[in-house]
Amino acid sequence: MKDLSEHILDIVGNSIRAGALLIEIGLEVLVIEKVLILRIRDNGCGMSEEMVARVTDPFVTSRTTRKVGLGLPFLKMNAELTGGAVKVASEEGKGTLVEALFYHHHIDFVPRGDLKGSMALIMSGNPNVDFVLSLKRGSDAFEIKSADIKEVLGDVPINHPKVGRFIKEMMDFSLLE
Amino acid sequence: MAKVKTLDDLRRMKDQLKSKISLRENGENPESMVQVKISMSTCGIASGAKEIMNFFMDEFDSQGLDAVVTQTGCMGYCYAEPTIEVTKPGEKPLVFGDVTTDKAMEIIEKYIKEGELVDGIIPDSYETIE
Repeated sequence: MKDLSEHILDIVGNSIRAGALLIEIGLEVLVIEKVLILRIRDNGCGMSEEMVARVTDPFVTSRTTRKVGLGLPFLKMNAELTGGAVKVASEEGKGTLVEALFYHHHIDFVPRGDLKGSMALIMSGNPNVDFVLSLKRGSDAFEIKSADIKEVLGDVPINHPKVGRFIKEMMDFSLLE
Repeated sequence: MAKVKTLDDLRRMKDQLKSKISLRENGENPESMVQVKISMSTCGIASGAKEIMNFFMDEFDSQGLDAVVTQTGCMGYCYAEPTIEVTKPGEKPLVFGDVTTDKAMEIIEKYIKEGELVDGIIPDSYETIE
């Protein structure tokens, strides 16, 4: 993965495949610690304890189309390259939380990438799933919920390309800079 | 820097948006349109599937073509990412591999518009995976 936005797209894909109906994506900057934390929490089918212990193994996947699963291992690699870590917590039937910690001033921290584009793609590409994006930096915060967008849109479909482009302009990632 | 849009802006934009898209949405049923599915798993994303998806959406929009672009999971052709599946109305779906923006343009101009087959179809006897 070349950037953070692609990791988000990727890990959210796992949540969607787990049948989640609510996916919370959080990005938090801890200024003094120079840390960026990415949290993706879903209410999908969850995983057993044994699976949680093995998910960051590249040769473990729940898919049948192929024998490798590289999404989480890649995220783990990119977090660890900066001195950070990845934590996965899950409970069967309840959902999963993936937490990645990056020291984002580290030279090996991947670029943020097209976060706006990825978020718009995630929200408008999955009309049946609700997403909450929240950014936090100290006391500053930004939050956007796809449920609110859908409510405003009424009978206009959220997966229309023009809506997708508009959602992109509703994103504000300036808190991360 | 462009101002960030809010929900209020969206509310204001909604009617305008509605009149623009109603024409297309009225006759909407996916079978009557060209469907393009972009494989967007780890393998696809890492190979640049997002860029291809944006390209298709922009191109269909600017050319006014009746087509839907959606995401799908890994089709098992990780060696040939980015892969896309194109379904024309009434025809069998076709999978194209190693799609670049140039290839995407060729697929639009030759296959989608003219029905002419282009290189890059995988495999020969393809059946759509549900």
